[in-house]
Amino acid sequence: MSQAAAALTVAGACVTLGGRPVLREVNFSLTAGEFCGLIGSNGSGKTTLLRAILGFVPLDQGRIELGGQGTLPGGIGYVPQKIELDPGLPLRARDVVALGLDGARLGPALPSRSRAERVEQMLAAVGASEFADRRVGLLSGGQQQRVLVAHALVRRPRLLLLDEPLANLDVRSTAEIVALLRRLSRQSGTAVLLSAHDMNPLLGAMDRVVYLASGAAVAGKADEVVRTEVLSSLYGYHVDVVRVHGRVVVVAAEAREESHAAVERDPVHTAPVP
Amino acid sequence: MVLTAGFLDNEPMRIALSVGGGAALVCAVVGVATVMRRQAFAAHALADVSSAGGSAAYLIGVNPLLGFLAMAAAAAGIMEWADVRSARERDLLTGVVLGAGLGLAALLLYFDATVRSVGGAAVTVLFGSMFAIPAGIVPLALAVAAVALLASAIIHRPLLVSTLSADLARAQGIRVRAVALTHSVALALAVALSAMTVGAILSTALLIGPAAAALRLARRPASAVALAALIGLASTWGGTVLAYESYYWTPGRGWPVSFCIVTLIFCAYLAASWVGARAERPQVQHPSGCQGH
Amino acid sequence: MFAPFMAHAWIVATLVALVAGAVGFFVVARRAAFAAHALPLGAFPGAAAAGLLGVNPLLGLTLFAALGVIAITQLQRGERREVASALWLALSLAVGTLLLSLSGQYAQGLYGLLFGEVLGISARQVLGVAILSALALGLLALFARPLLLDSLSGELAAAALGRARRLEWVFLLVLALSTVMALPVVGALLVFSLMVGPASAARALTDRPWRALGGSVVLALLVVWSAIALAYLTDWPVGFFVGLLSGACYVLGRLRGPGAAVQTA
Ligand SMILES: Nc1ncnc2c1ncn2[C@@H]1O[C@H](COP(=O)(O)OP(=O)(O)O)[C@@H](O)[C@H]1O
Ligand SMILES: [Mg+2]
Repeated sequence: MSQAAAALTVAGACVTLGGRPVLREVNFSLTAGEFCGLIGSNGSGKTTLLRAILGFVPLDQGRIELGGQGTLPGGIGYVPQKIELDPGLPLRARDVVALGLDGARLGPALPSRSRAERVEQMLAAVGASEFADRRVGLLSGGQQQRVLVAHALVRRPRLLLLDEPLANLDVRSTAEIVALLRRLSRQSGTAVLLSAHDMNPLLGAMDRVVYLASGAAVAGKADEVVRTEVLSSLYGYHVDVVRVHGRVVVVAAEAREESHAAVERDPVHTAPVP
Repeated sequence: MVLTAGFLDNEPMRIALSVGGGAALVCAVVGVATVMRRQAFAAHALADVSSAGGSAAYLIGVNPLLGFLAMAAAAAGIMEWADVRSARERDLLTGVVLGAGLGLAALLLYFDATVRSVGGAAVTVLFGSMFAIPAGIVPLALAVAAVALLASAIIHRPLLVSTLSADLARAQGIRVRAVALTHSVALALAVALSAMTVGAILSTALLIGPAAAALRLARRPASAVALAALIGLASTWGGTVLAYESYYWTPGRGWPVSFCIVTLIFCAYLAASWVGARAERPQVQHPSGCQGH
Repeated sequence: MFAPFMAHAWIVATLVALVAGAVGFFVVARRAAFAAHALPLGAFPGAAAAGLLGVNPLLGLTLFAALGVIAITQLQRGERREVASALWLALSLAVGTLLLSLSGQYAQGLYGLLFGEVLGISARQVLGVAILSALALGLLALFARPLLLDSLSGELAAAALGRARRLEWVFLLVLALSTVMALPVVGALLVFSLMVGPASAARALTDRPWRALGGSVVLALLVVWSAIALAYLTDWPVGFFVGLLSGACYVLGRLRGPGAAVQTA
């Protein structure tokens, strides 16, 4: 992976929402096939950053470029943070994936062998063949997550954005989805940017991490970024990066945390005690 | 039951069957998307508001279908223009537009009765009169039906993605507002057409009933549309023939067409939800937490 | 307009506005505008049935309103709420057309039932309306807090009360009571706009729930009183003015309210 194929470049991106700065000078770039974690606590600006990349939120300053050119809709696959699939809709998992392929086209879809095959392959790739013909609104959270990943990937985007896809999954599904995304990104050359509030499930998989705190970001290799001095300077007060039993925990000194409570109530990423 | 021979030779009957059939078909197709998008209330509101247009048409003496069309399109335009996102605001806005439109209808019908002394206008506008559709309306009605069907077919897929999730659609490059506006226009056309046939008040049945019934059974959007069209057509034609025949069984007046059609639609809905519930039972293990809305 | 024969109209209109304003607060909170429209309109065939049988129309209206409550709650199982309201409305109106055609009194009386009639309210009707409004307000006072909690989140109410499902029944019952009484005066088509308009404006004027409820009642009173006065002066239908003034309330609320501005979040 050299600098040759930049899939995404974010340069000095600033966003203000409701009069409050939400992103401040965010800089990072992704190359094709790279798997990147977007880590930050609740309210740090992860969703806003992803929506800015999609062009849903205008930038105040800076620029966001895709594959060297401007933003192109459709060239990005997206799995939103909170998506409630209505059980009242008559859509099977395979219909949702097919809509990812050509849902923006006008007119009814003509039956097509190659289209059906591509959908079938995608369903198999995410391990959703088993429930491909079930109503999508009635599937479990993890199953819906897989279907939505397939929906996003089926048109072979150069960039895949996933907003907290691991939030509601158990340990096993989390590991499976991460491994799956890792594999798919390697195979297809799709750059993956995945947001999460806990970095631990991603530690072994991430090529790169973008760490957000109160809208400011640092980016780099995981062991370059997740360090006491780097994160302390990002937060603006002292935090300790502690490694226990192969997990990373970021701990803030309590007194400092209170002084900064307005924006960062919970800068501590702890792993659940087993 | 013995059908009276030759009901197809009867001119009003032929018109009723063709315009009614067109309305049923359009309503079924547009209705499926409408129910999926939770716009049943909006559909009903458009129908009621369009009755103000119908009343105005009687007042100034133009083609009533034009009146229904103009008012339905205006109301749809207002609701889309306001661009309200949250479900609560949409519910409220629909209610307010409905209230204002009905108030206007009240006034216009009052003028129909007092200024033009068209006493029966209220009944005709609100409850429809399938057997009294003037032949001159047929070409316009069928053209409106064709336009609505075409528009629905064109936006079929983008509308489905938008219904699933607006963000997902936007990420795919779909212009969500334009698609929604096109759907609303198709809805307004469907509503005007059915208001003309079964009456403003009952067009909701034609629009929502077959679609809701089909959605209880179908597993795919395309089959939902086909099934809804089938139910809508069968109920409309069956109801029209039933009403026509009822003149011969009942002493004197017969049953109103709207009553026959709506009753058939409702029976179809009950049957569909019974079958649908039976088919679903093994799949859904614990509906205990389900709140029904 | 304050002649003795108008006295009944004023009394009934005041009662109607009191109840509609209060109930409207919950209609807005619970997003139930369609039900508030479908219940009264679906009850009007009851008047036709009563005419056919020669009994008090209020009896027929009450019966059909009760049927509406049962039908809507039953149809809501495993179905979208708005579809349930639409189906009930369609069915009852279809039955209404049949009843009207059977009774042969097609046009007369129909207009008044749909769009309201201020004149010719009898003393017995006033008594009936008074009793029904007392009932509706009593039920509302009893269940105000659970209903509010349920509007915020059905699951919260279920956790706190055990049975949130019952609340939908209570709410629809109150709605039915209040629409039945209001129907002969404001008309089946427009009762609901008296609930939606004032309450939507009131919610935009304050962030406190019970103050919004009070504001809704005050606005509803203003709307009904002005509508009757204007109808009396112009001889135009009351329903027209109710619809118009309620719409004006909503627009005013959206223009100036703080509550209306925060809907983007
Ligand atoms: N539409 C909006 N208007 C004003 N502030 C917003 C808006 N959307 C998000 N915010 C604020 O921006 C910050 C970042 O939000 P978000 O990107 O959703 O965080 P995350 O996804 O990391 O939890 C939060 O403080 C949130 O309150
Ligand atoms: Mg987020």
